[in-house]
Amino acid sequence: MKFWRLPLDSEVHSIPVGRVQIIENRCKGCGFCIEFCPNACLKESKRFNAKGYHPPELIFQAEDCVNCGLCSLICPEFAIFTELQEAKKITEDDIRKVTTRYSRKDKRFAKR
Amino acid sequence: MKRRLRELQPFDKEAEERAIELGHGLHPDDKYLKPGRIPHIWCPGCGLGVVLTCFIGALRQKQFGVDECAVVSGIGCTGRVAGYLDMDTYHTTHGRAIPFATGLALAKPDTHVAVFSGDGDLFAIGGNHLIHAARRNVNLKVICVNNFNFGMTGGQAGPTTPLDAKTSTTPLGNAEPGFNLPYLAHASGAIYVARWTTFHPRQLVHSIGESFDRTGFTFIEVIAPCPTGYGRPNKLGSGLEEMRYYRDMSEIRYGADPADAEIKLRGKILVGTFEAADRPDFMETYRTQVIARAQAGGKGKGRAA
Ligand code: SF4
Ligand code: SF4
Ligand code: SF4
Repeated sequence: MKFWRLPLDSEVHSIPVGRVQIIENRCKGCGFCIEFCPNACLKESKRFNAKGYHPPELIFQAEDCVNCGLCSLICPEFAIFTELQEAKKITEDDIRKVTTRYSRKDKRFAKR
Repeated sequence: MKRRLRELQPFDKEAEERAIELGHGLHPDDKYLKPGRIPHIWCPGCGLGVVLTCFIGALRQKQFGVDECAVVSGIGCTGRVAGYLDMDTYHTTHGRAIPFATGLALAKPDTHVAVFSGDGDLFAIGGNHLIHAARRNVNLKVICVNNFNFGMTGGQAGPTTPLDAKTSTTPLGNAEPGFNLPYLAHASGAIYVARWTTFHPRQLVHSIGESFDRTGFTFIEVIAPCPTGYGRPNKLGSGLEEMRYYRDMSEIRYGADPADAEIKLRGKILVGTFEAADRPDFMETYRTQVIARAQAGGKGKGRAA
């Protein structure tokens, strides 16, 4: 699907950009945040933390996180949280990204 | 609303360094947690941490200070919650969370008293207390984390273990059907009955918040994965796989009849708010019936002795 122009109300809306903070040594590697992040921002890292688990790390560019806060709510260990970095203006690029992201062509969502 | 949250005040330098080393204060929820108690003891993949985070989320949403809410918990993995929250918490004897909390709720009617305990504590040894507190409609917010077994003591079968489920005491499968907790709470007279799983943290935060708004006995059951005690013998996999199972098998149905909410092994899980009624709570009935009559000098005055 392709938008032929920006939505008319795109001026009044914005996209929140979150900054993901991971307290690596608290993580017990349960994988909840990695599995359930709606934007698939996280992946399991190759590193070990002090307890011997693999903490999560960011996959793509940091602006993929929309600061929804699900990861901090679903983490049983208080090991991850997000902060609002900025509220960014909607551009055509975002519209393109959003319309392709939720289509089946996006590889990140193919596994689900 | 004024909010009083205790700042981190370690007893000595060494403790301060240890708390900082453990990363206390880095997470925004840390101000609700006792310094130095995190990491908690729960297994990797256990859902109890999610329920605790959701409870803190509801406190944050309602802007409750530490002096406006008290948490009472019993024994078991879930009972550890009382040790982690940095507010007035009571870690009571096995099954007796509700009697303690009833006393607290009657002595301090302005405090929101939450009972945070497991299915084994609330429905096995404490089953009678729960049904009678619900019948009286004492102003308690009960959050029951159901992991279908006695996790802390080694995964024995409990009153919620479904038929045919394997546990360490039922290696050939459980011969007894488990309790349907929302139905039991509803039948006993709870004014608010909801069930969620740890896969529904947003709804759970909302539900806990809603229960704080009500005066009376509210009951929220949270289905939580227990990969160590219940998942392993039943081949349900890790905590993450149990969460995937909740995602695939739970059906949100608000206002459903709690009688249909029975859980079978690997079966469908009905979630949602089943009941939201209004009924005068124990304090109100006591005030309007007993105290008012006694003050009016009516029958019974001075005759008891
Ligand atoms: S805040 Fe939301 S989008 Fe950002 S990492 Fe967490 S779950 Fe993903
Ligand atoms: S949810 Fe928390 S404990 Fe689990 S992998 Fe993510 S950061 Fe680690
Ligand atoms: S035994 Fe079960 S309920 Fe207890 S901490 Fe471990 S996973 Fe959680």
